[in-house]
Amino acid sequence: MRGTLSDRTGAALLMAPLLLFLVLAYAWPFLGVVKWSFTLPTPGLGQYGALVSDPLVQSVFIRTLRIAAIVTIVSVTAAYAITVVWVRGSPVQRVLAEFCILVPFWISVLTRAFGWVALLSNRGLINTWLQSIGFISEPLTLVRNEFGVIVGMSHFLIPFAVFPLASAMRSLDERVLLAARGLGSSRMRTFWTVFVPMTRSGIIGSAMITFVFSLGFFVTPAILGGGRSVMIAELIYLRIFQSPDWGLGAAISVVLVVFVGALMALLFRYVKPKQLV
Amino acid sequence: MPTYRPGPVSLILAVLVALFLLMPLLAVIPVSLTPSRMLTMPTGELSLRHYRSLIEDPRWLESILLSIRIGVVSSALSTALALTFSLGVWMFQPRFTAALVGFVLLPMVVPPVVSAVTLYFLLTSVSGISSFFGYDTWLGVAMAHSVMTVPFATVLILVSLSQLDRRIDLAARGLGASVWERATRVIMPNIKFGIVTAALLSFVLSWEEIGVTLFITSVNAITLPRLMWMGLRDNIDPAIAALSVILIIITVLVLAVRSVITRRQAAP
Repeated sequence: MRGTLSDRTGAALLMAPLLLFLVLAYAWPFLGVVKWSFTLPTPGLGQYGALVSDPLVQSVFIRTLRIAAIVTIVSVTAAYAITVVWVRGSPVQRVLAEFCILVPFWISVLTRAFGWVALLSNRGLINTWLQSIGFISEPLTLVRNEFGVIVGMSHFLIPFAVFPLASAMRSLDERVLLAARGLGSSRMRTFWTVFVPMTRSGIIGSAMITFVFSLGFFVTPAILGGGRSVMIAELIYLRIFQSPDWGLGAAISVVLVVFVGALMALLFRYVKPKQLV
Repeated sequence: MPTYRPGPVSLILAVLVALFLLMPLLAVIPVSLTPSRMLTMPTGELSLRHYRSLIEDPRWLESILLSIRIGVVSSALSTALALTFSLGVWMFQPRFTAALVGFVLLPMVVPPVVSAVTLYFLLTSVSGISSFFGYDTWLGVAMAHSVMTVPFATVLILVSLSQLDRRIDLAARGLGASVWERATRVIMPNIKFGIVTAALLSFVLSWEEIGVTLFITSVNAITLPRLMWMGLRDNIDPAIAALSVILIIITVLVLAVRSVITRRQAAP
């Protein structure tokens, strides 16, 4: 036999480079961050104590959870509406819906946040237009506040919320829907009592993905919040670069990872990973 | 056969969502044509000065070239690592595969800001050892981008391997092909499309990466998104609108070409 490599060595040789790369460039430095959280500025649990007692940190955590919850509800609802047409519409409707989902999906987060600035800022499209028709005299504050952050984040997350929903709607047996209609159920009733319950796994998956993504969001809140509605990720950035307090930044990171990990574990108890794509 | 189609209410709601999704992308077009130096709507007169400043201001060109260089290097690295790893998984199906794949996917699942802090720790530690590889260097950024893109490359290659017929590989093995020959002459030609897609996706993700880049660069390695970020934070520069319009047009064109190609492949 020419195949001199045993299966085990072959597998090891092929898989080692990536595993080694990630251990050195990801796992090891992550442990370093965990170490920071226990040793900077002084060894001990001081940073975690500060997390619990510092009112600023607390208010940022609460704001992050609130924004993430609102964004999740908005994104999943909006994604549901467009996914119905993407999956069940006529061929032309499908192409149009796909275009509207995929084009924003592939455009960078910065460009999209900038587009919202162009729309919502004091001299942006919406304020200019509302003033020119005389509807308002002073520009509305639509950006550099929580409203702007929620709009921008929902816009970013809708395409991500679409995929689990689409997967659930595609695997649904159409005959059940036709049967409901055939038995005299109205469109509305079929939708609410048959269609929605049958896509439950998609809704859970989509909500979980949106919520988890929202928790660690950085770019959109930083641009559209204008420093006024700081979320966890921006707080970490500020603690590391502006008021050098690496220990607290690291401790917040560790708490965020643990929280997200717990949420994911919860998700996979209810939904199989395959149902998410 | 009758089919279940969305009713008028569904259609109206979907149109509203579609408008919401497209609105910010359309809004940058008028802003990019303003003659003013500030971010305003053009009133009457239109101007292409912000498009011209993209070409004339050397900072934009420099950062575009830097982003391309980083994208190519990090995409090559992450595709190569993802490919060898996936071949190992597929050809040998070792024990603990699920756990190992789970480990590889971590940078995709962990909140990006935590990965950013982690890579910041890595590069500032490396800076002490070697000055051209650490914090705020283009090689450091390329390596960090590889960490972030390698899970996506791995998923794409594993998916295309899962659609491959195992009997082809068994036949090659039975005919005496070595592991190297099986990998390079039997398996890889059959997953070409997946490998190319993985490389392209890695490039695109690196090209537009900002969350991690912000943590690991300061004044030397200014990638294009980093430069846009600086222009967005301080005094909003309408050149960003011009750049955004160009990026949006490229995206639309690429998606259109791709959908034509897939449609042609689907048709017999």
